[in-house]
Amino acid sequence: MARHVVAAVGEIAEGERKLVTIEGRNIGIFNVEGEYYALLNRCPHAGAELCRGFIVGFADSDEPGHYKLDRKGEFLRCPWHGWEFDIRTGQSWFDPKVRTRAYKTSVEKGAELQKGPYVAETFAVKVEENYIVIEI
Amino acid sequence: MNVTVPLPKQQTPAEQGLSIVDCDIHPAPKVVDELFPFMAKRWQEHLKTFGSHVRQGLSDGLAHPRMTPDVARVDAWPDDGSTPGSDPAFMKRHHLDANGVEYGILIPLGRSGSHQRNLEYGAALCSAVNDWQISKYCEFDNRIRASITATQEDTAAAVAEINKRAKDKRFVQVLIPPRAVEPLGKRRYWPIYEAAVANKLPVGLHLGGMGGHPSTGSGMGSYYIEEHTSNVQTMQGLITSLVIEGVFEAFPDLQMVLIEGGFAWEPALNWRMDKHWKNFKAEVPHLKRAPSEYSKQHIRFTTQPIEEPEKQGDLRQIIDWVGVDRLMFSTDYPHWDFDDPRYALNSAGLSVAEKQKIMSGNAKALYGLQ
Amino acid sequence: MSRQAATGADARPAGTGLFRGEAIDCDVHVAVPSMKVFAPYLNDYWREAVTTRGLDRHNMNITGQAANAPINARPDWRPKQGNPGTDLPTLQNQLDTFGTKYAILNCMYGAQALHHEDMAAAFCSAINDWIAREWLDKDARLRASIVLPIQNPQNCVKEIEKRAGDKRFVQVLVPAMGEMTLGRRYYWPIYEACEKYDLPVGVHAGSTYRFAPASVGWFSYAFEDYVSQAGAFENQLLSLVAEGVFSKFPALKVVFMESGFAWLPPFLWRANKTWRGVRAETPWVKQEPALIIREHVRVTLQPVDAPIDGGALERTIEQIGSDDMLLFSTDFPHWHFDGLDALPETLSAALRKKILIDNPLATYSRLREHAPGRIDPCEMGSQPHGS
Repeated sequence: MARHVVAAVGEIAEGERKLVTIEGRNIGIFNVEGEYYALLNRCPHAGAELCRGFIVGFADSDEPGHYKLDRKGEFLRCPWHGWEFDIRTGQSWFDPKVRTRAYKTSVEKGAELQKGPYVAETFAVKVEENYIVIEI
Repeated sequence: MNVTVPLPKQQTPAEQGLSIVDCDIHPAPKVVDELFPFMAKRWQEHLKTFGSHVRQGLSDGLAHPRMTPDVARVDAWPDDGSTPGSDPAFMKRHHLDANGVEYGILIPLGRSGSHQRNLEYGAALCSAVNDWQISKYCEFDNRIRASITATQEDTAAAVAEINKRAKDKRFVQVLIPPRAVEPLGKRRYWPIYEAAVANKLPVGLHLGGMGGHPSTGSGMGSYYIEEHTSNVQTMQGLITSLVIEGVFEAFPDLQMVLIEGGFAWEPALNWRMDKHWKNFKAEVPHLKRAPSEYSKQHIRFTTQPIEEPEKQGDLRQIIDWVGVDRLMFSTDYPHWDFDDPRYALNSAGLSVAEKQKIMSGNAKALYGLQ
Repeated sequence: MSRQAATGADARPAGTGLFRGEAIDCDVHVAVPSMKVFAPYLNDYWREAVTTRGLDRHNMNITGQAANAPINARPDWRPKQGNPGTDLPTLQNQLDTFGTKYAILNCMYGAQALHHEDMAAAFCSAINDWIAREWLDKDARLRASIVLPIQNPQNCVKEIEKRAGDKRFVQVLVPAMGEMTLGRRYYWPIYEACEKYDLPVGVHAGSTYRFAPASVGWFSYAFEDYVSQAGAFENQLLSLVAEGVFSKFPALKVVFMESGFAWLPPFLWRANKTWRGVRAETPWVKQEPALIIREHVRVTLQPVDAPIDGGALERTIEQIGSDDMLLFSTDFPHWHFDGLDALPETLSAALRKKILIDNPLATYSRLREHAPGRIDPCEMGSQPHGS
């Protein structure tokens, strides 16, 4: 496992991203509230360059006609088909397989939906002194 | 820690030895002035002064706002920030080259003359868009083919436009919208079909149109999810009209392509028409065969947005019911619901030969692409 | 005529007929023979209007439901006199033949297509009175849908409240196409009342023709209108889901009648696919549409619009992905099948039983209440309203 410096601290502002290529792999590095996360830049659904999508909050609702935006800046919306992924975990936010009655209870903000079968590939990111480092 | 399920890297169709004809690519003007060289001064002035006069509430946008800017893939914006689809060089690099497209067929939607209530303006706009496709795209890259846009509400103008363009073999079909003032099976539109057949051109029907009828029999839905999905019901209504009004009895050589409506719903529609035909035969004595026979013989579908059934094997089942020979691959580039040629058909369980037919063979045969 | 004498079922032992008294027919039609039948149920104002405005001259027949059209009555289900569905003995004979435990009457009538919402309310109320008196009172197997004056939700709620005490009314009835998509909040008072009184919302094929029956415009032929009903149901289904009706009213059931069902699987796939992409637009929709639909929506069997032979029907039902959704129906007197072939024999015995009786019982809680007490709305002191 090799360690790669992908950016200097401060290079990726909060809420921003940087796309890098390491060992032939395209990877997006994200700064979410001062912490860094890395995702493979390929959507597990249909192959889009996932990391070019809008960084968004999680649209949620207590009842029809009520809108709120939780967890601002923590989700990535695929630039093609709009699937939403949690930047921290790469987890997609729906599940066609598991039957859920989730809307009756609230667990964690943004987490009412069952986790989906698709997970974007994630990589470990470290901040070493003044550099953001990714291990592959 | 979640289990990571990466999508396996997939060879491009070219790497698999498959060629691609993309039957649905959307060009766009960067600025409307691009059309002016192809419009009489009178209509340039009209466009600048009065703009678009259509049968919906918003003149320049859609009243169900989409979920992405310009309904486009977020990654399809050219470097200078101009509208997706408007930069042929970017389109070449980003789509035609990257995806190994052998032929791409343009489906111009914006600035469509088909929607205009002022029929003369509509005809002028259609004609300008036709010149513009050739000048801006087909002459830039010889893989690109054009569609003859025509204003279906003025059939004399449409027929003249078809006859004028048919000599240029870069035009491969006539293009009209499924949502017109009346259902397209009605006789008022038949001169267009007659002209298409006379010029050996298929008629392409790309979802949309501004005929003034709401998207459902109960008015407009509130949300874009309803509007997007209602394109399927529009295509169902279109086939219902074309078949039952007797268009294909009248024009046995007519071929039609339904563009961007998907196709998984067609078997159920055919079953429904055939079942109830028994009870309605006396009302439609002009039909000599079961409705599904006309549909199967005369109508093809582009594949996007390809349905994603819940169970493995169901897509294959649907394709078997529809028929491999009737499907033609499309991406809808640069729009958001783009189908990627590397992945779109992978779950269908197709043989290489079947895949090749859908990816390019059927379209090459229909459109005469050599 | 006494109630005993009028009830053909009494002449036949329980447990006879094709399904031995173990079928619940969820879509049976009765028709209004003439507006004269409403006279006892209209107040003075409307009774006079019937005559002085000549309302009775056309009997409010619905476009697309021509009585002599083959689809609207099987030859052996046409009475010797009068229009199909107007004759109790013909219906009773059908119930005997199939061995029907309960049959749910749906009266499709032009009052729902009127533009005058108070007139609509008066006539819908009269229809419901007439159904109770002339049908439900005369055969213990009969149940009915409350014909709603859908033009005005407040009038609908009044009508629901008026009928709710009569447990023989087991759902409400609205046409598949009307003035607005059914999910719209405008209609929510109806759904609130339906949830409160355990009444599924029955949506039956048909249109009030406020708009063309499809986005492509006005078709030439009744055949096209009939085919396009399936698309209308698809639109309504997505409206109900997208607007959040089932989020707001989690106990609500919707029953689609005479809709066909072969269109369901591709519709579910497409609805799921689109929802995944645009979920944020309607954030109250927290599950895939297919899951919501399987929980809340039921569909009557006839017309079976997938080919019975060749495996397509079985594949379609597998693709629907639920054994709970289909409800037995004959669609009497409409002509979708011949003889006794109401329930395709290619289906498994277990599924046939679910369709015949288990699913209807699960859907209509009012059918589970034994010997429902008959409460005559007139005895309750309600008067036809609208004057």
